Amino acid sequence: MKPKITVAVSGLNNIDSPGPGIPVIRALKESKDFDVNIIGLSYETLEPGLYMHDLVNKSYQIPLPSAGIDSLMERLSYINNQENVDVVIPNFDAELANFMKLEQRLKTELGISMFLPTQEQFDERHKANLYEFGQKHGVSVPYSKMMFSTNEINAIATEFSYPMVVKGKFYEAYIAYNPEQVANYFNKLSAKWGLPIIIQEYVFGSEVNVTALGDGQGNAISAVPMRKLFITDKGKAWAGISLDDDELVNIAKNVISSSKWRGGMELEFIKTAENKYYLLEINPRFPAWVYLAAGCGHNQPEALVKLALNKSVVPFGNYDIGKMFIRYSYDMIVDLKEFEQISTIGEL
Amino acid sequence: MKIKKNVAISESGFIFNPTTGDSFSTNPIGLEIIRMLKDEKGKDDIRKAILSKYNADESTFEKDYYDFVMMLQNNQVGDEGE
Repeated sequence: MKPKITVAVSGLNNIDSPGPGIPVIRALKESKDFDVNIIGLSYETLEPGLYMHDLVNKSYQIPLPSAGIDSLMERLSYINNQENVDVVIPNFDAELANFMKLEQRLKTELGISMFLPTQEQFDERHKANLYEFGQKHGVSVPYSKMMFSTNEINAIATEFSYPMVVKGKFYEAYIAYNPEQVANYFNKLSAKWGLPIIIQEYVFGSEVNVTALGDGQGNAISAVPMRKLFITDKGKAWAGISLDDDELVNIAKNVISSSKWRGGMELEFIKTAENKYYLLEINPRFPAWVYLAAGCGHNQPEALVKLALNKSVVPFGNYDIGKMFIRYSYDMIVDLKEFEQISTIGEL
Repeated sequence: MKIKKNVAISESGFIFNPTTGDSFSTNPIGLEIIRMLKDEKGKDDIRKAILSKYNADESTFEKDYYDFVMMLQNNQVGDEGE
C-alpha cells in the first residue's frame, strides 16, 4: 500500500492562459510511490480547479500576494490545522517571493515542506537580470535593458534596432516596430505589471521550451524539451510535442548545473535558422504544459515532492520523443451553492 | 542529400522530424524517393528507378526532384552537406 501525503497546490486557473496547478495535480495523481490528498489554494472564485472535485479534494482561498507574508502565514496555519499539509507547491510567479520568504517558517513551525529556488536564484533569472544571468552561466541571451520612462525611448533606439521586444515585469511581451509602439506597449505593460519594462533585442526563429527540475546541488533531475504546435492569441501553447534535441537539453542541464537551480523551472528559447539557441526567459516554476513531461515518462512534479520530503531522487533517463499534448476546453456545470461557499467562507 | 538519421517515416507517408517537432505527409512517389534517400541512394539511382517505373521524362524528373529535395532541406528533413 502506498503512503498517503497531503499536497497543497496553487495555480488552479485552468483557463486559456492556464496556471500549472491542474497539470501538476494530474501528474501527482499518477505517482507510483504515493497517494495524494490534494488541497487547492486559490485567489479567485472562478478558478476552474476549485470545482474539479475528482482532482482537488478541498480548496481554500488564500490572500493575494500584495497582502504580505503575515497574512499568508496565518492562512496557511489555519489550512494546516484543518488538513495537516505535507508539501506546498506554489505555481504563480507573483506569489513565489512570499512563499520563499516563508519556506523556513513553514517547515519549522508547521512542518510543511517546499522545494523552491533560493532568493538569489529567483532574482538573478529575473527578466531584468537575464542578460547578466546568461553571461554568468554561459548561455546566449538576447541583449536587454530596463526602461523606467517613455523619455528613454530615443536613447533606447540608439542601442537597439527595430523591431524590438517590449516585455512586462512578470508577464506579456510585444514586438514593437517603431517608437510609437514602444510607448504604447510601455504604458500598457507598466499599468498592468508595474516597472521596470524590459526592452529586448528581437531574435528571429522558432520558440522551443524546456520544463526541468533541479535538485539544488547542481543535478538536473529532468529536462524535457517541447515545441508549441498551436499557439493561442495570448501566446500560450494549446498543443505541443516533445523533441529529440540533445543540444537544447544539454543547455538546460548546464544552466541547472551552473546555477545549482533548486525546484521546477521552465526555460524558453528561440532557435534560429542557424541552429543557435537564445534563452528568452526562465520561469521559476513548472510550466502549464508540465503534464507532457509526465506523459513522456518524467513525472517532474512527483520528483519535486520527493525532493521536498528529503527523499533521494535519481535523475530520469530517456523520455518519449514525439509525444503530443492537445488542450481542450470543457464546460463544468456548477451548483450555485458551491460558488456561494467559496465566495463567502473561502473554502470548498 | 541524405535524410537525417532521426527522421521517422511511416508506411503511410507520414514524416516526423523529432528535432523540430514538424510533421509532413507525402504521396507514394515522394515516399519512394525519401526511402531511397534514406537508403543513401544517389540522384542517378533515384532517377533510373523513377523513370523506369513511371511515365515521366528526364526534364520533368529533374524539375520535380529539385523542388522536392529543396523542400526537404528547407524543412530540415534532409542534410545538404552529407
